Amino acid sequence: MKHIFQYLRPHWVAALLAPLLMVIEVAMDLLQPMLMASIIDEGIVAGDQSHIISSGLMMIGAALIGLIGGVGCTIFASIASMRFGADLRSDLFGKVQAFSFRNMDTLESGSIITRLTNDVVQLQNMVQMLLRVLVRSPLLLVGSLIMAVYISLKLSVIIAIAVPLLFIVMALIIKATMPLFSKVQGRLDRMNTVLQENLTGIRAAKAFVRQQYEEERFGQANESFTDYSIKAQTLIALNGPLLSIILNVSIVAVLLLGGRDVINGSFEIGLLVAYINYVTQLLFAISAVANHLVRLSAAKVSSDRIVEVLRTSSEIEDAGSVEEAIAGHLEFRNVSFRYEEQSTAYQLQHISFSINAGQKLAIIGATGSGKSTLISLIPRLYEATEGELYIDHRPVTSYSLAALRSQIGYVLQESILFTGTIAENIALAKPDATEEEIIAAARAAQADEFIARFPQGYHTTLGQRGVNLSGGQKQRIAIARALLAKPKLLILDDSTSAIDMRTEACIQQGIAKLMKHSTVIIVAQKISSVLDADHILLLDQGKIAAQGTHQELLAQSAEYREIYQSQLGSEEASYV
Amino acid sequence: MSNKTSAPPDFSMRGNTAQANRMEKAKPVNSWSTIKRLWHYLSYYKRGIVAVISFTIIATLLNLVTPYLLGLSIDMFIMKGDWHGLMKLAALLLLLYGGASWFTWLQQKVMVKVAQLAVQRMRTTLFAAMQRLPVSFFDRRTHGELMSRTTNDIENVSASLNQSTTGIISSIISLVGSVAFMLYMNVWLTLLCMVTIPLVMLFTKYVASFTRKHFSEQQKQLGELNGFIEETIAGQKAIQLAQREQYAARQFADKNKRLTSASIKAQIYAGLVGPVMNVLNHTSFTIIAAVGGWMAFQEWTSVGVIVAFINYSKQFQRPINELANQFNMIQSGIAGAERVFEVIDTEDEYGTEAEANTQRITGDVTFEHVSFGYNEHTTILKDINLHAKAGQTIALVGPTGAGKTTIINMLTRFYDIQSGCILIDGMPLQQFNKDQLRSQLGIVLQDAHLFSSTIYENIRYGRLNATKQEIIEAAQAANAHRFIVELPQQYETVLAAEGSNLSQGQRQLITIARALLADPAILILDEATSNIDTRTEMHIQQAMAKLLQGRTSFVIAHRLSTIREADQILFIDQGQIIERGTHEQLLAAKGRYYELYSSQFKRASAQ
Repeated sequence: MKHIFQYLRPHWVAALLAPLLMVIEVAMDLLQPMLMASIIDEGIVAGDQSHIISSGLMMIGAALIGLIGGVGCTIFASIASMRFGADLRSDLFGKVQAFSFRNMDTLESGSIITRLTNDVVQLQNMVQMLLRVLVRSPLLLVGSLIMAVYISLKLSVIIAIAVPLLFIVMALIIKATMPLFSKVQGRLDRMNTVLQENLTGIRAAKAFVRQQYEEERFGQANESFTDYSIKAQTLIALNGPLLSIILNVSIVAVLLLGGRDVINGSFEIGLLVAYINYVTQLLFAISAVANHLVRLSAAKVSSDRIVEVLRTSSEIEDAGSVEEAIAGHLEFRNVSFRYEEQSTAYQLQHISFSINAGQKLAIIGATGSGKSTLISLIPRLYEATEGELYIDHRPVTSYSLAALRSQIGYVLQESILFTGTIAENIALAKPDATEEEIIAAARAAQADEFIARFPQGYHTTLGQRGVNLSGGQKQRIAIARALLAKPKLLILDDSTSAIDMRTEACIQQGIAKLMKHSTVIIVAQKISSVLDADHILLLDQGKIAAQGTHQELLAQSAEYREIYQSQLGSEEASYV
Repeated sequence: MSNKTSAPPDFSMRGNTAQANRMEKAKPVNSWSTIKRLWHYLSYYKRGIVAVISFTIIATLLNLVTPYLLGLSIDMFIMKGDWHGLMKLAALLLLLYGGASWFTWLQQKVMVKVAQLAVQRMRTTLFAAMQRLPVSFFDRRTHGELMSRTTNDIENVSASLNQSTTGIISSIISLVGSVAFMLYMNVWLTLLCMVTIPLVMLFTKYVASFTRKHFSEQQKQLGELNGFIEETIAGQKAIQLAQREQYAARQFADKNKRLTSASIKAQIYAGLVGPVMNVLNHTSFTIIAAVGGWMAFQEWTSVGVIVAFINYSKQFQRPINELANQFNMIQSGIAGAERVFEVIDTEDEYGTEAEANTQRITGDVTFEHVSFGYNEHTTILKDINLHAKAGQTIALVGPTGAGKTTIINMLTRFYDIQSGCILIDGMPLQQFNKDQLRSQLGIVLQDAHLFSSTIYENIRYGRLNATKQEIIEAAQAANAHRFIVELPQQYETVLAAEGSNLSQGQRQLITIARALLADPAILILDEATSNIDTRTEMHIQQAMAKLLQGRTSFVIAHRLSTIREADQILFIDQGQIIERGTHEQLLAAKGRYYELYSSQFKRASAQ
């Protein structure tokens, strides 16, 4: 939490003024019952008309001063908390922007998004509450207590009994409900999972005619959720009645004890009424504090999640200074890699190979063999654990990150599109590209044809994450994006999986034409995409099982032959 | 969705986003008919509801009497020095307070139960209704939208049942009761109390309109910023590769700033209500005290009455403020119910169904001049003709979007054809009972549909009355047995949601086992292996061959290796079958299939 509160520091004036102004409001609130008592005792009972008027005016005056305090507190608390939230959010965003892929993997982007959105809002509300209510309730609590003791020490015995009792009761209820609520949450998650699974698998459910089975599955989850909800809510419903019974019994006790003293003549009726008011305020303040504490504990969870992001930092150091244009020669020298430092499992082991500028390298292998990992080391998305990578005979770490990445075109496995027009999406890495350049890139990626079919053409606006395009269309736009800058090194990570073979072949030709002098690295599932590479790496469990040209591998590697046959069948092997 | 779900107001973590959401909630369109239908769900618990209403009335009345008695105690006993009377009255007060608390607790206890059970019933009905809806319904809506109907919308119903219905009853009773008591005690003071009410109402309305405006602005900005955050972070890899961090940061700062200034305004307006109400309350007290004091001085009223009045004026201002809130909540509950009923009312896919007959089909499938489009303007399938003899394998090949999956959608009757006809065993498809037809079709899709239960249950999904032995046999036939027995819990291993703790290949093997267990007459493989690498596929191949044996099969695949053995290959482009024949015939014809096929070798042979 401490880490988080630092973000209040720049707004310390507002953050300090808010509680100070709240003190004014509370003080005025506390004054009211006393003024009221004075009206009753010295005005009504004593029959002093002018005292009633003057005290009445004082009450209104006090209320107005309280208003200034209250409104002022609200204004400053809002300013402080909203700016606090904005700063925090902005820092988080900046932090995340600099995250390495490894950071993104460990924290998961879905979770980072919730932290930046929900958790920040939670904390922001918490701060606002802290500056207003959480100041108000304890102040009221203490103030009422002081006033009550001041009016009558004797009657305060009742408070001495009621307050601890209330504390115990609240604590017991909170303690009993907390685990129940986490159970309710668990049951809710379960119900949502069943629902989600049903929705994603609706075709299977229908094809197997499993309506009834699905209904039973959902019914069970539903019932268990309802059971626990009833249990938890029934328990929590005790809260209100118990609070009011403690409060009311205390009031009756005050009435009895105080009433006796009034009858004796040792206490005044107005003060008795004031005392009852203070006791009421006091007990309400306690229950409010208890509720706020529960909320605070929820904010603690958010705060921990945010601090985790703030403490995470990228392991990739941008210490290189070389800015020179590259030619495209690439070499791996005994490179090994593992995702977790402590882990003994290496994702890549002893990878060594090199290709000349302008050549085509293909990487093939089963899912999970390390193909994507290997290529992601080139633009330093991950840092090699051991060994060195060289581009144009210089270690990759000697280049500045900006120079390195801006000279590499990289098409990810999953095509990521952004809200905006198709042209903007293609020109992501080169916002100043001309229309001709964009169209040329789209043509090479076989995207021009379908883009031109849209009524707005290249100015068609895409929905969030390109929802109105098919998988193959998205991939083609992502490819066009990488081609646009005509990088010296082009890396394609299995980025044609949703594209049919014919179109894929055209894309390959397009790339070959447009990128004549660039080094092209492709990761592929389909053997057809690797046949014409200058060099092929066959990966198996993080190691190079074989490397060479297609003909060499066919001759040398049984494994390669197996893949080849699995895709093309035995008879065609002779067709080549 | 997280915490606001089941927690009552005190412990829930509703931030101001939730508040603003409520303000933004759509108003119900036709409240009365929705309320009547809601009543249908509640009517199962009539006794409970009668109890809740009676308890609420009792508790509210008890709470109403007590301030009067408090006032009485001052006037009649303390001021007159009657200690005995005071004791008696105190005893009565204790009894009444105790009763009020007891009945409040009873009321809440019963209400929680009634509301939860009614809502559970609603959820069950909704889910069952969704199961009967046509596939097109799900294709047109996002999962998130449908999820939110069963969670958020129903939660709104439950919250408004739970809190607002009894709240409204008690608010109205306290309002009327307080006024009655006050009138009974002193007409003039009552009128004085009313002086501030128009002020309160005017102010609330004024502030509420501002607050709503600013909150919706805040909500809009927050939505925009969150959308941006989501997109940027989900697409972070692309941003970094394109070196666009700084640009993104600038956009972010801009949106962040706009949100901050909108929220500060919204929060300030919303925060005005409390302090101003405070002042109005105090003003009201002061007026009562001052005028009441003057009246007491004239001996027109008494101290006890003034004290009682101050209490009543609180009791009667609170319901005025609360009624507005409760009314809003009820509205949002009704709106939620309306959205739920909308789904329940959607026409299901079982119109006039033919009687189910148990005869097993042999699997002779004919398409005659079948045409279809998902909407009026576009035709996806044009004049499709095909004939699959029982036991044959038909492969569908062609570019993405050519209409292969649509053909499957016709066969399963996920969608109904618009012209032409489809015959199975010589009988038109429409004459089959939908469920009966589907139970004789087996489908293996690209995304294996597994659910979070044991592997055993997941395979059993194919045929619910299968014995354990049959399930294991199916797994063996599907080549899945081997990896299953290596798992710690074997067949009892519980899968994570959507089976994410298995590899894609393993998941697909389980769905193959499931299809084998179901033993369908007609089998459909829609890109069943395209998520699997080819070597893994080779190992599945055997299982696949077993699956295809002896049944009519329709296979869609990108990889030619999967389809070469088919009895008929149909090349589909733009909704039409442009080539058909066996692998050899099509190669010999040197058409599109040949072109597609040889594109795999062209570059290699050129070397």
